[in-house]
Amino acid sequence: MSSKQKFIGRSVPRLEDRTLLTGQGRFAADVNFPGQWAMRVVRSPIAHGRLRGIDASAALTMDGVHAVWTFADVAHIPPIPFRLTGLKALEPYQQRVMASDFVRYVGEPVAVVFADNAYIAEDAAETIELDIEPLEPVMKATDAPGPFDATKNTEPDVLHKGYGDVDAAFKAADSIVTLELSVGRHSGVPLETRGAIGYYNEALGRLEMHGAAKVPHWNRDTMGRMLGRTRDDFQLFEGHVGGGFGIRGEIYPEDLIVCAAALHFRKPIKWIEDRREHLITANHSRQQTHRIRAAIDAQGRILAIDDEFFHDNGAYMRTHAATVPDLAAAMLPGPYRVPAYRATAHIRLTNKTPCGTYRAPGRYESTFVRERLLDAIAANVGVDKVEIRKRNLLPKNAMPYALGLETLGTHIVYDSGDYGLLLDKALERAGWPKLQKEIAKRRANGEKVGAGVAMFVEKSGLGPFDDVRVEVKNDGNIELVTGAASVGQGVETAMAQICAETLGVDYTTVNVIHGQTDRIGRGLGAFASRVTVMTGEATKRASTKLRAHILNLAAELMQAEPTQLDIVDGEIVRTGGAPGPSMKLIDLAKAKPGELIAEDTFESTHMVYPYGVHVAAVRVDAETGGVAIEKYVMAYDVGKAVNPMLVEGQIAGGLAQGIGGALFEEFLYDEGGEPLSVTFADYLMPTAHEVPESSILITEDAPSPLNSLGLKGAGEGGTNPVGAVIASAIDDALQRPGAILSLPVTPQRLRAICKKT
Amino acid sequence: MSEKTDVTLTINGKDYAIAVEPRRTLADAIREDCGQTGTHIGCEHGVCGACTVIVDDAPVRSCLMFAVQAEGKAIRTVEGLADGDKLHPMQQAFMDNHGLQCGFCTPGFLMLAVGVLEREPNISDEALIDVLSSNLCRCTGYQNIIKSVRAAAQEMRK
Ligand code: FES
Ligand code: FES
Repeated sequence: MSSKQKFIGRSVPRLEDRTLLTGQGRFAADVNFPGQWAMRVVRSPIAHGRLRGIDASAALTMDGVHAVWTFADVAHIPPIPFRLTGLKALEPYQQRVMASDFVRYVGEPVAVVFADNAYIAEDAAETIELDIEPLEPVMKATDAPGPFDATKNTEPDVLHKGYGDVDAAFKAADSIVTLELSVGRHSGVPLETRGAIGYYNEALGRLEMHGAAKVPHWNRDTMGRMLGRTRDDFQLFEGHVGGGFGIRGEIYPEDLIVCAAALHFRKPIKWIEDRREHLITANHSRQQTHRIRAAIDAQGRILAIDDEFFHDNGAYMRTHAATVPDLAAAMLPGPYRVPAYRATAHIRLTNKTPCGTYRAPGRYESTFVRERLLDAIAANVGVDKVEIRKRNLLPKNAMPYALGLETLGTHIVYDSGDYGLLLDKALERAGWPKLQKEIAKRRANGEKVGAGVAMFVEKSGLGPFDDVRVEVKNDGNIELVTGAASVGQGVETAMAQICAETLGVDYTTVNVIHGQTDRIGRGLGAFASRVTVMTGEATKRASTKLRAHILNLAAELMQAEPTQLDIVDGEIVRTGGAPGPSMKLIDLAKAKPGELIAEDTFESTHMVYPYGVHVAAVRVDAETGGVAIEKYVMAYDVGKAVNPMLVEGQIAGGLAQGIGGALFEEFLYDEGGEPLSVTFADYLMPTAHEVPESSILITEDAPSPLNSLGLKGAGEGGTNPVGAVIASAIDDALQRPGAILSLPVTPQRLRAICKKT
Repeated sequence: MSEKTDVTLTINGKDYAIAVEPRRTLADAIREDCGQTGTHIGCEHGVCGACTVIVDDAPVRSCLMFAVQAEGKAIRTVEGLADGDKLHPMQQAFMDNHGLQCGFCTPGFLMLAVGVLEREPNISDEALIDVLSSNLCRCTGYQNIIKSVRAAAQEMRK
């Protein structure tokens, strides 16, 4: 019996907090170098046009302006390549760092100004005159493809996924349910805008980029190749990051331009995005239209699903390439048994901001579509929405379940799960039968109230590897170096907890270093809810190794067998409290400087699959089109929660973003391609008023068999089904199945729906 | 536009003599001329509240005020909240209730909440949510922020 402290599974306070709470955080805009120049980007004011000329003469005469660059100055930089899900057919549509002959969205960089400070750079940018001949823009992904340039059109590729005999199933069906559904264009919109600071470190002959996020190692390798730098003479540094959500930290044009300029001018170059720029140039996401059909039997059991959808990717294929449509197509079946399946995904370009991923990419969309379909099937056969789900759910004994589809380079195999159990738990937490009674009563009094339920399977823990190095430093503190990154989700604390418990020290003594490409050779960063699973398991392995190594070293000094020793609270003691001398870790570290170190790797070729259920009750105001969320319950099985408080935090935060996409947020454009959502006054994110108190149930019923702790990631489960469940609840409130066919359900739209009878 | 005026900003009790253009925002002056980067800029158009500081006991959005307008006024920023190593009850409450994730909105929320509670220690729950809805957070979903501020309110009343 050891009295070792348990940290895994405990809601300990975050190590990150003190720095952030006292204003000592170091975000991109906080990074400064003496003698730096500010960069301002001149952007196309026209959605589609031929760029005929740029006149920068006035800017160049202004005091404090050093240079203006146009395409010719960056022509040596190749187009920005794909990071995930790249396809040959998509490559000709990659974005250059500045426009050369054509502009394809409002906000596309056409020139940059370098000046003494941001105010002067902005003044100068305003004097630059652009000669652009306007061309007809393509604004709808569902319209027939238009020209991209002389040789290509705006449909770069069509993805096909599926299995089974779909056509036979439709022939054999008792009935067929058909829907057209669409999800609006919204995105992560972190509160910190993007920023990049290029710095040429003369002393080391090293080019540096500060303000990195998400995937520093991948970006270093890729940008290094693009700029002709080696791994040693190009390094990226991640400071604090003010929210990620998929969009921050991908390689954008501005990152490359600041680095190229720092190298060329041998001056630190600082670029900090303003909010308008962010809303028109950083990755958008989500916008899809699905035409879906289900073949069902008389009991509402699904025989086949056939889905054709149109993915509006904006003006270029950015780093995520086909990731979002691919995930949407691959994960649409969700927790249900779908004997035959076919998805046809049209990747379409329009003259809008290019797209990438946003929290639960492809799943927010496909869960909305699938769960609307389940509700429609329920209405078709006349059973309730819970019953229809139960009839179609995959049973526990089907696990592990090979879906027969691939995405992100791996076969989808649901590793573990008990979907029916979680549904029961969620309904119980929501008090479903009582809720139904109350709703019926209030409805009889004329209130428009209703409830919805939605289920989903998430994915997380994308490999293929993660490395971790752990060392006991001479001051007795532990240093953990990883190639993971942080976007504010609590990586340092979670890794410290796993390391501390494994090793036998206090978690506050573990100092986690991440996002520094000069500290560890390779790393995959933070995306797709991968860190806790991949880096967590690597941390466990490295810490286990270090522990064994420490006990071996101590055994010699303490004249004992390693098996007779244990580490408790940073002290090496005899196992089970047996009497005998002990030794502090710090003393061993001093006695063996540089030796208390271990490294390990976790490799995995399969993802893990957390799953969840959301239940919502809403009240609709038919006069104003407003939706009040009266109750919201989220049940999520994460296999093992390292820090339940952080998991709940992720889920609650994810809910707010899901509500934004369900009810408020949308990037709108006029027919000419002019963006209409350019400030926080017209891109509406939920505030403390709109986000309800929610009830979060974290379960650990189905630990993952793919890692030693049973971990499944938790970053996206709060967001995934929110559009689906809100739509279901509004339908119910209106007592009109299938009333909601598109998101967001803004007040204007809902009023229009209420008026239509 | 480049004529500069001399102003002295008093931030957390310390004077900073700086020269700024009349159009320079207070947020930029605090961050860049006075080096206090705890105050953040999220929108520069008065909606997100990340730049909230306390000026003469009232929370204000420092992106909507010019530096020259703050001359002679007492400015408080997040850097002045803690008493040495001891966190302000508001900071402590945010830590205890997981009221922050990325921490970018946090200084703005702290200053907003402290400013309001100092003036109105017995603020009602409803009014409190009204006040907090004037700042944006993209990470937390707000519930933990509300919890934190409620907890701090109790503590501050003691
Ligand atoms: S930066 Fe001042 S309110 Fe957003
Ligand atoms: S904690 Fe990230 S924006 Fe509020």
